[in-house]
Amino acid sequence: MTREEHLATIFAAHRGREGALLPILHDIQHVFGCVDAAAERAIAHELNLSRAEVHGVVSFYHDFTAQPDPRPCVELCRAEACQARGVEALVAAAEGAAGTRINLKTVYCLGLCSVGPAARRGDTVHARLDEAALVKLVRSA
Amino acid sequence: MIVVRIPDDAAALACGADAVAEAFAAAGCSVERLSSWGMHWLEPLVEIDGTGWGPVTAADVPTILDGTSSKCIGPIAAHPFLARQQRLTFARAGRTRPLSLEDYVATGGWTALTRARSLPPEQIIAEVTGSGLRGRGGAGFPAGIKWQTVAGAAGARKFIVANADEGDSGTFADRMVLEGDPFALIEGMAIAAQAVGAGRGYIYVRSEYPHAIAKLNVTIALSAQIIAPFEIELRIGAGSYVCGEETALLNSIEGKRGEVRAKPPLPAIQGLFACPTVVNNVLTLAAVAHILQPGGAELYAGIGIGKSRGTMPTQLAGNIKHGGLFEAPFGVTLRELIYDIGGGTASGRPVKAVQVGGPLGAYIHPDQFDLPFDYEAFSAADALIGHGGIVVFDDRADMQKMARFAFDFCAAESCGKCTPCRIGSVRGGELLSRVNEPEARAALGDLLEALQFGSLCALGGFTPYPVRSAMTHWPEDFA
Repeated sequence: MTREEHLATIFAAHRGREGALLPILHDIQHVFGCVDAAAERAIAHELNLSRAEVHGVVSFYHDFTAQPDPRPCVELCRAEACQARGVEALVAAAEGAAGTRINLKTVYCLGLCSVGPAARRGDTVHARLDEAALVKLVRSA
Repeated sequence: MIVVRIPDDAAALACGADAVAEAFAAAGCSVERLSSWGMHWLEPLVEIDGTGWGPVTAADVPTILDGTSSKCIGPIAAHPFLARQQRLTFARAGRTRPLSLEDYVATGGWTALTRARSLPPEQIIAEVTGSGLRGRGGAGFPAGIKWQTVAGAAGARKFIVANADEGDSGTFADRMVLEGDPFALIEGMAIAAQAVGAGRGYIYVRSEYPHAIAKLNVTIALSAQIIAPFEIELRIGAGSYVCGEETALLNSIEGKRGEVRAKPPLPAIQGLFACPTVVNNVLTLAAVAHILQPGGAELYAGIGIGKSRGTMPTQLAGNIKHGGLFEAPFGVTLRELIYDIGGGTASGRPVKAVQVGGPLGAYIHPDQFDLPFDYEAFSAADALIGHGGIVVFDDRADMQKMARFAFDFCAAESCGKCTPCRIGSVRGGELLSRVNEPEARAALGDLLEALQFGSLCALGGFTPYPVRSAMTHWPEDFA
């Protein structure tokens, strides 16, 4: 499928839906890995919004990015409960293991607050991480 | 064939439940995936004929099957952690397959909805009001009053919105309902719809909960016929903490920036798409599925303390030995929760502080541990129950760092709409780094007051709680 065909498919799937912008943005982020300026223009046209309105929404939410990042991503929880379970002491080692090859992101809470430190890779979650387990997770990402 | 029951809750999965399930299947057992009992230190917790083993790894499978494993905890339901609870919202936890309609019906599912449909709407609302149920999302507003307002509001369309944007660190009770007993949420929403005359509902769940999202998609499809003509649509958040605030959440569903709205108008009068809207937390709606059962409201109103009626699902998290889900009537003290039930810290070191109610909750000193779980008692102690998350810290915690984190978190997650929160959070962090200077400390006091009373929503309004409590109770960390 071309880029335009992808967009047309996504728009068609959400046509008639009230408040369709976020579902559309999720789909575009999923397919293209980002919501860039060209996509914003197409969305604005589809939903009869100004591009500024669309950009305002895209830039508000952490999940939407202006540029794709093809690197594997590991999300490490650094919220209070994981801090209480010692995640901060693991950060340096995780960053070292990630280098520039892995996109090591901070998230605030994966809902695994009783079994932290916790991390997410795609749709799999990992808990009770010590330094060795976290480094292994990052290296294998 | 031996039937082995293993949770498929995210906490169990994160601790390796899938590998354990595969190992049992490879050993010739029949494996069933259930919800979690909520004893997370024992995850993955394996059950065979009511007896439990945990925490299990694939290597434990042979010894469990030949009866020599040292990880046996005996009959699960009799475990002291569970025996001390009174589970209403979490009555099915550990006992049913989350996506099985058959299991749901066999455990009383849909009886509350069927009953509600036979009652006049005023009667449904009267029972919810009479139960004393208060919003479990944090504000503690009486659910029945909110429903009454929506029922009485004029509007061609009305909506039910389930707030499943559980962003507070230390909380996972919503996630456990979404993954473990999702039909209860659907049933609660359908009852609310019946009571206020709503035709459509939305579940707004955070994107950080992929397992909950997957299960909700299946649940909504499976229950569509049962709740018809009421319809439910799932909406996924996009990584914004402030969207857990109800008006920001409504904006997000509408496809806007997740900015907070000024109140009034209340969402009950002018909510989603400017229509009267019930916005309730997952736990509130799941509790309704219990309350509308015959005698449910009386039972609920009959337990608790003061104006806090019924049960509170508390979440024991952070540095705690026995972390998990503990549902009990209001009135249980922090001391009981942290020491008797939670077993103290996981690290074995002394407890220094607990944060109750998420990132915006106060840090509570061990001297205050006789505080009972009660909205009013917490409020009187300048603290909040919030969503019932309890995060335990041991003596290595640096409270100045935690106060700094509260400001940084507020700055990162501020929606930017109101000035106290947008700018105050940044300036607060700067002042905190100069807290030894008398001038900076005085300015910080003023700033906290501006944040508390000048912010549009709880993000800016409650950030002073963790900061001020840390400064008050651990002055040595700010010296």
